[in-house]
Amino acid sequence: MKRVRLSYPYVFVWMPIFIIAPMLFVLYYALFRDGHFTFEFVKQVFADTTYLGAFWNSLWIALATTAICLLIGYPVSYILSNMKKRTAALVSLLFILPMWMNMLLRTLAWKIILAKWGQLYTPGAVLIATIYDFLPFMILPIYTTLMKLDKSHIEAARDLGANGVQTFLRVVLPQSIPGIISGVTMVFVPAMSTFAISTMLGGGEVVLLGQKIEEKFLSGSPGVIGVGSTLAIVLIILVIISMIIMNKVEKNNGTEGGTLW
Amino acid sequence: MKKLGNVLKSAYLGLVVLFMYLPIAIMIGMSFTDSRSATQWRGFSFNAYVNLFKDRDVRDALIVTLTVAVISSILATIIGTATAIGMHSMKKRSRTIVESFTQLPMVNPDLVTGISMMLLFAFIGLSSDLGYLRLIIAHTTFNIPYVIFSVLPKLRQSSDMLYEAAMDLGCSPLQALIKVVIPDIMPGIVSGLILAFTLSIDDFAVSLFTGGATKNLSMLIFSKTAKGGVNTKFCALSALMFLVVAALLLFINLRSMKQEKEAAEQNKKVMRKS
Repeated sequence: MKRVRLSYPYVFVWMPIFIIAPMLFVLYYALFRDGHFTFEFVKQVFADTTYLGAFWNSLWIALATTAICLLIGYPVSYILSNMKKRTAALVSLLFILPMWMNMLLRTLAWKIILAKWGQLYTPGAVLIATIYDFLPFMILPIYTTLMKLDKSHIEAARDLGANGVQTFLRVVLPQSIPGIISGVTMVFVPAMSTFAISTMLGGGEVVLLGQKIEEKFLSGSPGVIGVGSTLAIVLIILVIISMIIMNKVEKNNGTEGGTLW
Repeated sequence: MKKLGNVLKSAYLGLVVLFMYLPIAIMIGMSFTDSRSATQWRGFSFNAYVNLFKDRDVRDALIVTLTVAVISSILATIIGTATAIGMHSMKKRSRTIVESFTQLPMVNPDLVTGISMMLLFAFIGLSSDLGYLRLIIAHTTFNIPYVIFSVLPKLRQSSDMLYEAAMDLGCSPLQALIKVVIPDIMPGIVSGLILAFTLSIDDFAVSLFTGGATKNLSMLIFSKTAKGGVNTKFCALSALMFLVVAALLLFINLRSMKQEKEAAEQNKKVMRKS
């Protein structure tokens, strides 16, 4: 028996049916109506300002969330990576634990707090809960990369006369870019597509792209599913663009890093 | 100066930890109020917990969540491990192709995976009355990639010669796999299984579009709390979930710490022998 055959059930049955075909269906429903090719849904999506508004809401909330999570999270990861190994392992558990907790329940906590504050159903409410939900996903990947960083590089930089800031900017930061990239991806993509947080805390005042897609698909009529699929394609394109940007950043860093010193 | 720096660092960590845990603490606190709605404190009571345990929907959703997680993670582990072993002996080009398609469910937003599966199920006529089956298929599908990518690195670390040696010593290929290859990659299989199980338990978006009337806990929480006020029984649910997650995490961590220790000792022994 050749070992490669063990992968055949997945490669020739499961993957085509349950991974590839579903994606083709999304494309099909976005571009076809009753078996005929049409740009009807694409036009509908770009002509309607409510979709555009939802798109901008999603984009700015996702970008702001990613930036703020990076600003709050990087120092946390940095401090953790400089702790004694055993203490760091214990303290990092504090940041892993929320990742395991049901995200809807964590969002619910903010619903209670924001209701008390009288801040429910505002863009700020959606933003703070999104930051809260995704912050651990920024901290962990950066922490893992910083932990692997060779400490002798830092010592070498200091020996060669770099001060603390210079050492950080020229040695630590460039080497932690892979961690930043995976953190940014792990925050930006789900933040861009979230609909639960804005449904629970936005109360129809702050509508996101994901909510529009959810609405179209759970309402059930076929014409509406075309619009939903088109919106989903928009989301996928955005995710692809963000990944291309990340790849570029990583590559640029790799080559320029060498010439910098 | 250095001391001041340390104080500032600890203070900063403390602040972020506070931000992470204060909301959870408030919610746990509200689970003990003598009121159905979590808007204000009205005296201590366990009523929220009584209401939670009496709630049939919650019980049903919990059963759905756990059974779907167990079945889908085991299925994904079996399929994913077999696939990884097969992929490992593929030519580089075909492996790259399979790997890229396998990454699709990992990079796709959950929402997109969910709606795409919903369209597929509608097309093949797997109606939403069969929500349970749809949930299992959907969860297995998004779990398989995580198992594959936990097992593949372990296969790369282990030597192909072990498999061939086992066959030279008279094992059939199947015996060689079961007796030599599988034990060698067991840590990867186990971490894949655990990852798959937790992903399934936590899933919301994919389930929402595939489960139909079959609701898991996330779907139930969403349907009951998306609009309007928050019933305190969901605070009680959060408190219990928090306890379970904390206990599990501690357990797994102690286990891996122990394993690391054992591995270190094993390494020492090997070093001494050579």
